[in-house]
Amino acid sequence: MKLSGSEIFVEALKREGVKTIFGIPGGVVLKIFDVLHQQNDIEVILTRHEQGAGHMAEGYAKATGQPGVALITSGPGMTNVITPLADAYMDSVPIIAFSGQVPTPLIGNDAFQEADNIGLSRPCTKYNFLVKDVNDLAVTIKEAFYIAKTGRPGPVLVDIPKDISMAKTDFKYPESVSIRGYNPTYEGSKWQIKQAAEAILKSKRPILYIGGGVIFSGASREVRELAEMMQIPVDMTLMALGAFPGDHPLSLGMLGMHGTYVANMAIHYSDLVIAVGARFDDRVTGKVSEFCPQAKIIHIDIDPTSIRKNIHVHIPIVGDCKRVLQELNQILRATVNGDQKELRKPWWDQINAWRAEHPLRYDQPPDGKIKPQYVIDRLYQLTADRDPIVATDVGQHQMWTAQFFKLANPRTWLTSGGLGTMGFGFPAALGAQAAFRKRLVLCIAGDGSIQMNAQELATAVVNKLPVKVFIMNNHFHGMVRQWQDLFYEGRYASSYLDVVPDFVKLAEAYGAAGLRLEKVSDVDDVIREALALDKPVFVDVMVDQFENCYPMIPAGGCNHEMILSDPPELKERQKMGVPKHQESKDGVLTA
Amino acid sequence: MAQHDTEHIINITIENKFGALSRVAGLFSGRGFNIESLSVAPTLDPTVSMMTIVTKGDDWIIEQIIKQLNKVIDVIKVVDISESDFVERETALIKVHTRPEDRAEALRIADIFRANVVDSSPTSYTIEVTGDVRKVQAIINLLQPLGIKELVRTGRIAIMREPIRTGAATRSLAKAN
Ligand SMILES: Cc1ncc(C[n+]2csc(CCOP(=O)(O)OP(=O)(O)O)c2C)c(N)n1
Repeated sequence: MKLSGSEIFVEALKREGVKTIFGIPGGVVLKIFDVLHQQNDIEVILTRHEQGAGHMAEGYAKATGQPGVALITSGPGMTNVITPLADAYMDSVPIIAFSGQVPTPLIGNDAFQEADNIGLSRPCTKYNFLVKDVNDLAVTIKEAFYIAKTGRPGPVLVDIPKDISMAKTDFKYPESVSIRGYNPTYEGSKWQIKQAAEAILKSKRPILYIGGGVIFSGASREVRELAEMMQIPVDMTLMALGAFPGDHPLSLGMLGMHGTYVANMAIHYSDLVIAVGARFDDRVTGKVSEFCPQAKIIHIDIDPTSIRKNIHVHIPIVGDCKRVLQELNQILRATVNGDQKELRKPWWDQINAWRAEHPLRYDQPPDGKIKPQYVIDRLYQLTADRDPIVATDVGQHQMWTAQFFKLANPRTWLTSGGLGTMGFGFPAALGAQAAFRKRLVLCIAGDGSIQMNAQELATAVVNKLPVKVFIMNNHFHGMVRQWQDLFYEGRYASSYLDVVPDFVKLAEAYGAAGLRLEKVSDVDDVIREALALDKPVFVDVMVDQFENCYPMIPAGGCNHEMILSDPPELKERQKMGVPKHQESKDGVLTA
Repeated sequence: MAQHDTEHIINITIENKFGALSRVAGLFSGRGFNIESLSVAPTLDPTVSMMTIVTKGDDWIIEQIIKQLNKVIDVIKVVDISESDFVERETALIKVHTRPEDRAEALRIADIFRANVVDSSPTSYTIEVTGDVRKVQAIINLLQPLGIKELVRTGRIAIMREPIRTGAATRSLAKAN
């Protein structure tokens, strides 16, 4: 029996185990939506913006480990999904975007809603395909899924012209894929792994520096085994949170620009850095020439281009983190002798001293303004037993969540790291909730970021996705304000949010619940109230406007030179409060 | 890393399909690598093209370029030709303006370089020259005083010499991504 391209699309997705698609229809994909409408295996979630669809697919993929799928129309549908593709490319998230395209005879004619989808997406996808013949469609979809989820995962775009979705052919889904130019290396070099083991045995001050690759490769157990066996402290990147339990005694928390004092000091003074599935991003290394001056570096990563890209590496190991660590652990288990706790005592004494010197802290006066860290900390304490999935937007609230929300398990952390996309959090949370209807999904947002995709409240309500959104409302682009306070003498150029909607009413306008939190004494109650609601909730948390996020390593600074609290002149300036503005151009305050 | 830039000729075996060239060109522009010249044509196998790129960079950058090329899914194989013993050629078509008194000089120069005159008009010769980059540059330098009206170059292509004895150092980086 012959199937249409649209039917082939649906059949192929079923074979790939897809349960949910996020998207918005349009002229050239109507046929595909029509076929989807007439079946029940795949749920279609209509979003209110294609950017929302893309981030939902990301949230779905990060939480489940399975590729997330977005289906969008040509032209503006495609251009709207570019941000999620770029985001997924930076953070190695396996999503597949299927875009409609004008009929093949019209391609290149500036037809209505035509865009060069392949050209637009090339620099922000792992690979992309234009399907020019319906006979290629099934193989193309198979290859798209294969490329997205193998090796270093990443986004793939499949562009399907309208006539291809209508044309008919026999359907045969390929069993396997082979692409001659694509053969990821999974097995690490035995020789190099042996070198790594020897370096670890010799090291006096080793540190594990783990990244998102640990999560993609499912290597949490292996990391833990290595850390515990050899008593090695663990630094996590923003992307790795959850890969190693945040409350484990060997965890030093997050490192980098807003990392903990102990995490940054320990890596700086270590004599051996064991980097696993991390890429030495500039937010982690700070000034490259002074990064870990005394350390030898072992770098385990599946992507050879990540190795020696910014940092000289002594023992590079290209391979899958999990397999490499299994082999490494095996060698160590066979050779290690002596009590590691005893052996590492001087190193741990030093680390514990750093820990005690500058722990993460905030001062919450009992009847003063609400500190955002306090709300996040309480939210963590009150939900830890439910193993929540936590999404964030981008800004101060994101960094505070990274610092205070001690995640216990991998795939519970949804945040935009590499691209730093404001507007990511809420749709990503919805995507995760769509995959796990019963789990608790939290989103911690800023009043700036949430406005970038607040329209997805409709998607949340219609699809009964009871995400709990806590908006840290400071009437500022807080992170921008922090930089202006520290590096631009407090001139708040376009960072003050003059008008912020009433988030309670906004949520209610969509049929979701809205709560407001204004008093420190209400924090626990309002959190409990929100958690008890069986629908999407916006909690508008009125927080201290001038709270800053520390520690902070200024961009390009050294890891052991952190700003730990507001400098005195800043404290003076802030006492005066937000200048009253006689004249106000949107976002610019004039005193 | 106070290393200096050296020139490298890289041969890239790549799928002969829609968009493949732009993936490589986009990689160079997106990452700020430079391309001195690029040439591409199908091989004996019509599904595969050979692309030759001449680029410059220190060892660090060249390592990244080769790794990044290997990562491109349409790329089947990458060889840094300049790591081994190789032959390189480029062809140029040079249209020289010739006043009557210069015509003999133009022909003499062409002769010295074993170049061919492939077209002629009362006021010009079009000279075809093939050789390594130094030779092509040398004839251009000599013809320039006569007045070059137009110059078209193919970009350089290169191939490894077949080793006569064993032990010739060739380094072909295995594809790994
Ligand atoms: C799409 C996008 N535009 C601009 C920025 C630059 N930026 C980084 S943080 C930030 C402010 C975020 O404000 P808010 O969401 O209120 O969070 P806060 O820092 O106040 O917690 C801005 C504008 C960005 N990261 N993403």
